[in-house]
Amino acid sequence: MSRPAPASAPPAAETVGVSLRYGRALALDGVSLRVPRGAMGAVVGPNGAGKSTLLKVLLGLDDGHEGDAYLLGRPALQARHLVGYVPQRSTVDWDFPATALDVVTMGLYRQLGPFRRAGRAARERARAALAEVGMEAFEDRQIGQLSGGQQQRVFLARALVQEAELYLLDEPFAGVDAASEAALVEVLRRLNAQGATVVAVHHDLTTLASYFDWIALLNVRLFAQGPLAATLTPEALQAAYGGRLPLLATLAPEEVRRAV
Amino acid sequence: MIQALFDDVAFTILLTGVLTAASAALLGTFLVVRGQAMLSDAISHGVVFGVAVTFLLSGVAAGPLQLLGAGAAGLLTVLLTEWLAASGKVKRDAATGLVFPALFAAGILLLNLFARDAHVDAHTVLLGEIGFVWLDRVTLLGLSLPRAVVVLGAVLLLNVVYVTLFHKQLTAAAFDPVMARLQGLRPRRMTLGLLALTSLTAVAALDAVGVVLFVAFTITPAVVGRLAARRLPSMLGVALAVGVGAALVGYPLAVRFDLSIGGSMALLTAVPLVPLLLLGPSGALGRRLG
Amino acid sequence: MPSEPLRQLLLDPTVVTVALGALLLGATAGALGTFAVLRRQSLLGDTMSHAALPGVVLGYLLAQGRSLPAMLAGALVTGLAAALLAQLLARRRGVKHEAALGTWLGTGFALGVVLLSLVQHQPGAGSAGLEQFLFGQAAATLRSDLLLIGAIALLSLGLVALLFHRFELVTFDPRFARAGGVAVRVYETLLTLLLAVAIVVGLQLVGVVLMSALVVAPAVAARQLAGSLGAMLWLSAAVGAFSALVGALASAAVPGLSTGPTVVLVATACAALALAFGRRRGVRLEGA
Repeated sequence: MSRPAPASAPPAAETVGVSLRYGRALALDGVSLRVPRGAMGAVVGPNGAGKSTLLKVLLGLDDGHEGDAYLLGRPALQARHLVGYVPQRSTVDWDFPATALDVVTMGLYRQLGPFRRAGRAARERARAALAEVGMEAFEDRQIGQLSGGQQQRVFLARALVQEAELYLLDEPFAGVDAASEAALVEVLRRLNAQGATVVAVHHDLTTLASYFDWIALLNVRLFAQGPLAATLTPEALQAAYGGRLPLLATLAPEEVRRAV
Repeated sequence: MIQALFDDVAFTILLTGVLTAASAALLGTFLVVRGQAMLSDAISHGVVFGVAVTFLLSGVAAGPLQLLGAGAAGLLTVLLTEWLAASGKVKRDAATGLVFPALFAAGILLLNLFARDAHVDAHTVLLGEIGFVWLDRVTLLGLSLPRAVVVLGAVLLLNVVYVTLFHKQLTAAAFDPVMARLQGLRPRRMTLGLLALTSLTAVAALDAVGVVLFVAFTITPAVVGRLAARRLPSMLGVALAVGVGAALVGYPLAVRFDLSIGGSMALLTAVPLVPLLLLGPSGALGRRLG
Repeated sequence: MPSEPLRQLLLDPTVVTVALGALLLGATAGALGTFAVLRRQSLLGDTMSHAALPGVVLGYLLAQGRSLPAMLAGALVTGLAAALLAQLLARRRGVKHEAALGTWLGTGFALGVVLLSLVQHQPGAGSAGLEQFLFGQAAATLRSDLLLIGAIALLSLGLVALLFHRFELVTFDPRFARAGGVAVRVYETLLTLLLAVAIVVGLQLVGVVLMSALVVAPAVAARQLAGSLGAMLWLSAAVGAFSALVGALASAAVPGLSTGPTVVLVATACAALALAFGRRRGVRLEGA
């Protein structure tokens, strides 16, 4: 699905030897991630593997780590505004007095510059983004009154108006209904087909192979990364999960076989 | 003719109330949606410490120096609370309940001991004297104006400019600070500015409505706004209308029944809560009827 | 040997009354504050104490004069009403807990101020006795008040002693307690009621504006030093009693010094010392 990037192009997202401690516990240990341009990628691993933490490091939201992070070939802090970021749903204040359209319009605030108000043109663009995720009928709905999946679609629309080259999503399908999940995947695929790189924190191994074409297996350390077919091996999964998911044994081989 | 207007006691009192209510509602809306309503309580109490110290150090009981000195104390209250909570030894609510009463108590004692004859005394600081603000006057542009009107007017202008210029940044910082940071909208600086303006406003309103009624003007109209509106701009509009309306109605009511003016104005901000709580979608009556 | 003026002061019956009253209510507020701090109800305490003001004035109006039982009963009623209303308001979409508390703190106090101004203009009814409730006044404690304060102290502390283990469980891990068949709601309500009592009992000495600090500061101090809930309770009571006593005597001795702020500063100083030098031993009772 993804187009091969020129060999000289820097990775879309990269970390070099990133380590991070929370107190005595090691959250990330020497992680050197290289997501190639044009990838439809997933960061996979068990709970507490440091997936969301790695995303934070990439976005320059963590100050306490060792190692460096780069986005689109530039130090993360200088390029993070070019990223369309979709946070975990649980981190957002859904009681906030804003409609779906208001939320999407917020994605344009940087482009508008410090002092310009969001005028008609901005709201038209926000409307178009809502339409792209199939939420145009809900633009006037207060965000708290949307379902989990609808909220996630609105957040994806907010990332869309940024017209980013790189989209980072933190558990985009958690607590999302099937219809919304399908809509989200479709939009992500379309973006990817247009050349954007997508990286999602993901933990549903059953859908992994059908949604993504590139994966990184993370459990504090990076166990494997690369094109899905070559990377999603039973051995690598076993190593990363350390036998922590009994379900894995029954699901993974079939998935792997299908992928290969 | 303009001078005559400002010599009119009733007009001056009404204007002081309106200016206070408008500033407080403007800032309160953002504090309330951020879930930080009680910071206005901490700030307005902390400001008293600054008033006392500024007075002791410089003999100044009004004016720009007092605004800055006491405003700094309001900000200090928040920072001290944050620092204490970040130490992990005390939970945030207890840190709040420890820091601002201590600064307020220290301020009151300093005023008790060293400022007995000055126009800043403990009683005024607590309750304000909106009925007497017209006595303290300054000359500006050839007009003799009540000091409170001038100061509160200037502060309101500052607040309006800030909220208008940074409406987007303030909204984004309140709704999703992480996204705001990623987009370079500087949410931390915006928040600091909001708190600094809350401190300045608390100082400016001190003579008129005192420490606690300022909290009422800040929080209640914003809460009414939140209950009545679904979008931030309309919430802001409702909050402003409620605050200003309460000031305008509160004064004649207080005069008619010989009641505390500041207290009546503050109390009226809560009146719209009665129907909203009883009849709203999940209100007691609404539930029974619906 | 104390100097002559100091001895005189200590033997003065008025001073003895004030000191006894301060000791009792300081200990009560301190002890009950333990639960308030552990259950993160410091701001609720602040709301209840401000909202107690209209109750004090209503009590005064109903009793047609300064009757401490009536005023404290009124304070308890309006303080609890504010807590209830805050709970009701916080259930509304978009209204956060803090905003709900702040709303009734401000509204309650405003109502109190309006009622105060009403009383002020009543013929013959000097409001001087009521204004004491703003910042507190040590000298206002009468001998007859001691009986009431003592009874409240005995009753509430006795209840804590009786139900100590239940309160401990509910404060520490309400979910576990519920799973174990404990009527958590009942005990939580009881604890909130006791917080209201702790606040009301000290209003005359410390005043509505600062009373919540006398509930919070001793518990914060004790929290840094004590290793168990029982120890924290005793220590908090001791710090509360000490602060109230020192503050009351100092403000009685130095004319013009408001009692409430003095008491609160002593209590905060204790907390600051404990925070700086106490090696906090993990109290078992720390919810997450």
